[in-house]
Order: sequence, then C-alpha cells, then structure tokens
Amino acid sequence: MPKVTVDGVELDVPQGATVLQACEMAGKEIPRFCYHERLSIAGNCRMCLVEVAPGPPKPQASCALPTAEGQVIKTDSPMVKKAREGVMEFLLINHPLDCPICDQGGECDLQDQSVAYGRGATRYDENKRAVTEKYMGPIVKTVMTRCIQCTRCVRFAEEVAGVEDVGAIYRGENMQITSYLERAVGSELSGNIVDLCPVGALTSKPYAFEARPWELTKTLGIDMMDAVGTNVRIDARGRQVLRVLPRVNDDVNEEWANDKTRHHVDGLTRRRLDQPYVRVNGALQPASWAEAFAAIKAVNAGSSVAAIAGDLADCETMFAAKTLVNALGGSLLEGRQTGLDYDVTSLSAVNFNTGIAEAENADVILLVGTNLRWEAPLINTRVRKAVWKKGAKVFAIGPEADLTYKADWLGDDASLVSKLPAHVTDALKGAERPMLVFGGGALSVPGVHGAGLALAKSVNAIKDGWNGYNVVHFSAARMGSLMLGYGLPGGIKDVVVAKPKLAFFLGADEVDFAALPDTFKVYVGHHGDKGAHAADVILPAAAWTEKDFTTVNTEGRVQRSEKAVFAPGDAREDWSIFRALADALGVTLGFDSFDACRAAMIAAVPALGVEGIADYGWTVPKLPAKPEARAIPSPIKDFYLTNAICRASPTMQRCSQELIHGADFAEAAE
Amino acid sequence: MADAPQIPDEAETRARWGAFAWTAENAEKAKAVIARYPAGRQRSAVMPLLDLAQRQVGAETQTQGWLPVPVIEYVAAALDMPFIRAYEVATFYTMYNLVPVGRYHVQVCGTTPCLLRGSDDVMAACKNRGMVKGKTTPDGLFTLTEVECMGTCTNAPMVQINDDNYEDLDFDSMSSILDALAAGKQPKTGPQNPKRHTSEPEGGPTTLKEMVSSNHDYRKEW
Repeated sequence: MPKVTVDGVELDVPQGATVLQACEMAGKEIPRFCYHERLSIAGNCRMCLVEVAPGPPKPQASCALPTAEGQVIKTDSPMVKKAREGVMEFLLINHPLDCPICDQGGECDLQDQSVAYGRGATRYDENKRAVTEKYMGPIVKTVMTRCIQCTRCVRFAEEVAGVEDVGAIYRGENMQITSYLERAVGSELSGNIVDLCPVGALTSKPYAFEARPWELTKTLGIDMMDAVGTNVRIDARGRQVLRVLPRVNDDVNEEWANDKTRHHVDGLTRRRLDQPYVRVNGALQPASWAEAFAAIKAVNAGSSVAAIAGDLADCETMFAAKTLVNALGGSLLEGRQTGLDYDVTSLSAVNFNTGIAEAENADVILLVGTNLRWEAPLINTRVRKAVWKKGAKVFAIGPEADLTYKADWLGDDASLVSKLPAHVTDALKGAERPMLVFGGGALSVPGVHGAGLALAKSVNAIKDGWNGYNVVHFSAARMGSLMLGYGLPGGIKDVVVAKPKLAFFLGADEVDFAALPDTFKVYVGHHGDKGAHAADVILPAAAWTEKDFTTVNTEGRVQRSEKAVFAPGDAREDWSIFRALADALGVTLGFDSFDACRAAMIAAVPALGVEGIADYGWTVPKLPAKPEARAIPSPIKDFYLTNAICRASPTMQRCSQELIHGADFAEAAE
Repeated sequence: MADAPQIPDEAETRARWGAFAWTAENAEKAKAVIARYPAGRQRSAVMPLLDLAQRQVGAETQTQGWLPVPVIEYVAAALDMPFIRAYEVATFYTMYNLVPVGRYHVQVCGTTPCLLRGSDDVMAACKNRGMVKGKTTPDGLFTLTEVECMGTCTNAPMVQINDDNYEDLDFDSMSSILDALAAGKQPKTGPQNPKRHTSEPEGGPTTLKEMVSSNHDYRKEW
C-alpha cells in the first residue's frame, strides 16, 4: 500500500494503482480522453498530465504511471495547468469547430474539457486536417474529421467485443480510425463505441440529429430485450422514447449494452396496437374497450382459461393475469411459449447460479447448446474476459458459432453431455471454479437437464462459495414467470391438451397458434405481430418503456424499471386491463391500483419485493439423465429479430439484413 | 487526405491477387522467419513477411512490388492474426507500397540536410525525365516518391532506388543514373562523387588527423 500525497493530502492507495487512480481517490478530477477504466491503458491523448515528484522535471501522463511510495503528486500547479492548456490546444488544432451540427454536443468530453481546461481562444490559423468518413455499419455514424485518435474504439473492439475489425491505419497526421476496408463492424456490441467516443467522431446512426441531450427526460429502466437485465436509462422527449443508453451496474452489464437494447426503440413507435380489436367474420375490426370485453365475456369460458406469457412480459403483468385466471377458476399458466418443457420444480436448477459478474472468474467452462453471443451478449463478454484475461478454457457442445474466443467444439450431439470425452471431464474436475452453462436449445432435448445436473455433481461444480451450474435464458420474462408459477409440467403441450375455451396471450408471439384452434385467443400486447394476427380479441397494452414493472434476469436478480412515457392511443398498462376485464367478467382481483397490484404480488411471492438476487437455495430435482442422441437445435435464428418490438424496428431490420444476411448497404464512395 | 494512397479497386485486386501464395522458395524463407520467434508469438514475423510478400509480388510483376489487399490478408492468415492488424502495419510503414509501383522506385530524400545540399536539383532531374511525384511513368519504369530522412545525411543529397542508395548527387549524376537504369544497366551505387569512397571527408581527414596512421593520445592537449 504505497503512501502518496495528492495536492497536499496524504493517502494510501492499493498496490499497482496508477497515479490517475490515486488522484481520483483523493477526489481530484483528472481530465482524460484515451483512458477508460474498463479498457487497457493507451496513454496517447496526454490530457491527464500531472506533476509528480520524484521524477523528471516535466509533467507526466498519470494514467500510465504507477504510484510509488512517497510520491508527491500535484494536480493544480501552474505546470499542470499549462500542460493541460497545451495538450488541449494541440487536440483542437485539427478538431473542427462544428459543435452546432455535431450530435455529441452537450455530452462531449472534448467540449466539456476545453471549457474546463482549455485556453479559451485559438492561436491556430493554418488549414485544418480533413478525414474522409468511414463506413462502420448500420449503428455507427462516423465524422472522422472530429476524431482525436484516442483509440478507445479500437481497444473496445479488440478487448471487450472481441471482433478485431477496427484499427488505426496510416501514421502521424494521416492516422485514421477505420473498420477493416470500411466494412460493417460485425459485432452485436458495436453501439458501445458510440458511448466510448469522447468526441463526435462516432455517433449513433439511427439517432442522428434526433435530439439534444438536454431536451431529454431520463428514466431509469431495465432492458427487456434479453434475460441479462441490462440496466438502462430511457431518454425520451415528449411521448417518444428516442434512445436507450446503458447505466453502470458492475454486477450485471458493467457499462455496456448490446445493439438490440440500444436500437430497438424505433420499433416502439411502429406497428403499435393503439386500440382494441375484435374479430368479426374472420377479420379484425376496431372496437371499443367495452365491445372487446363484451366479446370476451360472451365466450362464457367458465374456468377453462389459460394465460401464456411472452418474452417481454413483466412480473406485474403476469401476476395480474394469473390472478384473473385463478379468480375465474383456471390454473393453466405457461411462459415457455415455444414449447420448452424442462422441469421447473426447482428454480435453482434453471437459474444462472454462478452469477453474471462471477462468470468472469471461472477457469474451465462448458457451454452446452448455447450461442451466448446471441442469447446473452453481455454474459458472453464475461466469458470472453475469463478467457482473454485469466486464461480460462472453454469447451462447447452444440451448433458451432463464433463466440469471439477460442472454444473447443466437441460436436452438437446432446448425448455428449452424459459421455463427455475424458480430457473434458478431467479439465472440469481439475478446475477450481468450473462453470457449466446450458442454453435453451440444450434444455429442449429431453434428458439434457437431468444429465447436466448429474454432470455438475460428478465434476464437483457446486462447492463452498461457488455454484458452477447455470442455465442461460434468452427471454427477459423467464425467471419472473417461473417465480410466479408460469410453468406446467408438460409445457405448452399441457395447455393444448386441456383445450381451454379462453386464453390470454401476454405479448406471446412465438406460440404455435394453430395448435389451439378452438380456443378464444385474447392478445394483450403492444405490437401487431404474429400474436395479434392470430387473436380473436386484441387488448392494446403498454410496452416496457410505458409502465413501471419488476423483472427478474437469468441469474435471479429482481430489478425494477420505471415508466418513461405513456402508451399510445387507447393502450393501457397491462395490470389495469386485467383489473377492468375482471369487472366485466364479474370477478375481483383484490387490487385497484398499480401499487396494490405490486403489493399483492409481493405478498404472493415475497422474493419479488426485494431488489437483488433472489435466493433459490440449491435443490436438485430427480430427473431422467439419459439425453437423446440428437443434434441440439439453436433457438435464435436471427439475433436482431427476436421479438415483436425488434421486428417492428427499421434499425433492427437493417442490422438483420446487413449483418446476418449479408446485404450490402455500404454507401458509395464520394 | 490528398496524400494518403488511394487503394486500388478492391474487386479488381481480388480477382488478380486472390490466389496469391508463397513460391516454394519464399515458403521456405517464411518458415525460417517465423521460426525466429517463440511459438505463439508468430505475429512478430509480420513485417519481414510483408516485405517478402511485396518482393514476391514485385518478382511476379517485374516491378519493385506492392501489397494488394489479398496479399496482406494472406500474410495475416499465415500468422493467425486479424486482417486489420496486418493492414495497420502495412499502412504505417512507408516502405510497404499500397499501390503498384514501377520497376524502379525512386525515393528522393527531401529532408533538411539533403535540401540544403541540393535535393531540388535531384528532384528536377527526375521531373526532367517525366516523373511526377507519387506517380508511375507511363512506360512503367519509374515511380517517384519524396521521402523523409534515410539516414545518409553525410552524403547528401541522396536517393534510394529499390534496395540501393545513390549519394552525393547533383543534377547530372542523377540524370546519368536514371539513364543507365532506363537502359537496363546497373549504375554504381553509393557515393557518386569520385573523390569519395564512402562517407569520409572529401580530400582526407579534417579532424583527428593524428589518428590516421597510429594511435594518438589527445589528452595531453586538452
């Protein structure tokens, strides 16, 4: 623990801390462009210069300088002030004065720091450098003249995203940041380089010229695009959500978000269901709420009622629907809409027990039937960190995919789980922190679930302080729905067999609707997608940005999201729809407000009342452990089009066409 | 970026160079280069291999050689490194040519010592032969590039043509070198001043004269 003095204040800093970190611990702000705490240190912007004694009698870059015992650091001396002004002046030499037309304006590090540390006026009257725009794909817009070559984007692409597509070509004044041959950056995390860019060189293409940051109301939310539960900030102006940005949460998403999280928002205003519809003579006709409720009442379903939750359903919605179904006397509740039927008697057996943050400490990892890069991109970055930084070994069973790190693919036969090659079992047994990850694809093969649990036991993956048995879900609703009892022993087949007269589909679009021909289908959702097409009555509901809700991510973390905007038209928040429908059907739910609904939910499932990891304990159900010998399917065909909001989003459609199907959108060279 | 090389049309380059592979002889050389580095550090061989590839392209095209994109990719793949990393190296160093050059790549030094000693005359001799900076002559013989210091300041002005240096130049000697090259002859390399052998002072030593014939202890004279 070296003892250093920062501006006259003595403090102990951890071994290996840099001078910049020491200054931050002392509460001093050090301006920086290239330094980023989650990336490697480059030390090329020189903005973090401080005066350090002992040492050469000149300012030193604090980001790359380790602290040493007895160092005296000055961050407010005349030398430091002059050095910062000098660096700032050099950076601004070639930086265009186009702030009024720059999308970064108002949230630009260069702008802020030139106000705080710059000279205030320029002495430069030569010609400025100009750099041609580079094509970087459908998400990132470039104005490369503004680039100050901090190389954050290059380091992010290499270190976190794991796609070495971005680099700095040429040298000196000619240096340019570009993707390889100006192809689209083939990463599902490319949007993060927009946030990382300290200037306006890389900005968001879909959000270009939409709004200034100070016009936006910011709401704290939880992303529902996948089961990671990315913490986000919803930026809205008026009634429209304009963008979604990640918030820092080291336990979940660090400070990243995948492109689907960021850019599905333009789907929130398209193909919306903004009024009730009732099917008349085979065609859906606009109707009033009263007419829609009357049509449902006319079914006279009695207790033959089911509720099927979609991937975007939140806990309050599912609870309200469950309460209504129960009040009518029914009990058919299912959330696994595509027909998965794995055992749900023990939540710990279908949970990401290791924890997302802990995943980066695993030393031997076995992935079974999961393309983590698509199913949970931000868990994939953790695994990549384990591989890249700590040298973890990865084995994988299932359809091969490029996971951005080296994996030893053992084949795609599900039966491998119970007869792993000796070198794999040896590696797992010898590991200090082995991690087994089972995807939705793996659990769809009968026997894999039980074999996986048996494998966890045989390789000793569950020990003191470490549970290496994990299931990764890709539906944001999954863990919440299981906690609320949405899980039948036979999955959705049980619903089909029971032939309910009335079924509520809570934004469920992937159900095989043809299997329920005699059921009166009520679609409670927000987008006109597959579910709405099959529905007999459509009740327009709120999307995830339009309501307060609770959700549980794949590691069992209970999180709450807040309402950013109002639902469009006649659409209502889901709980109130079920409350009103209960009146129409002549039953009572026991709550009249959102708060009462949430309170009732917490009373029913206390774990949902505590934000943070829900404790499922560790119980192993008795399951058949003989996996069928067949190929594990991959459940996600197209990363960018996994739910109704994405499918309505032009940006996601374009990403899909360009990055998955290889369509060419590169702009012609000018 | 007026100065930055314009990469030739990608489709055309791929059609011509997509099938690039080492010749048997170069494959041996490449193996030897890679063997210089520890296993797993084979990426360190990227610079010698890019040079080797450039020379092979040169041999195939009867020029000084250049690095088409597929060739850079071939080298990167051989070293198991991402294409962009090899591309960065190829674009960083000026001696990798990103556009085709002529048979003789005339690199005229224009840095201060050469400039003071008359590099303008050398440049004029080149231009006199129809060369244009950054371009190849229509007959495909010469490509003219102005470069920064090549470390031969004692013999300024100088040019580097392919792998040889020509020093102590003036308008006439430069013209005769170019004439000889155009005629397919190999001119004398090194200093063109007949009074100099290498970089020694013209007309004998001017300092440390006593040291010429025997060891001399200067300390007494301090």
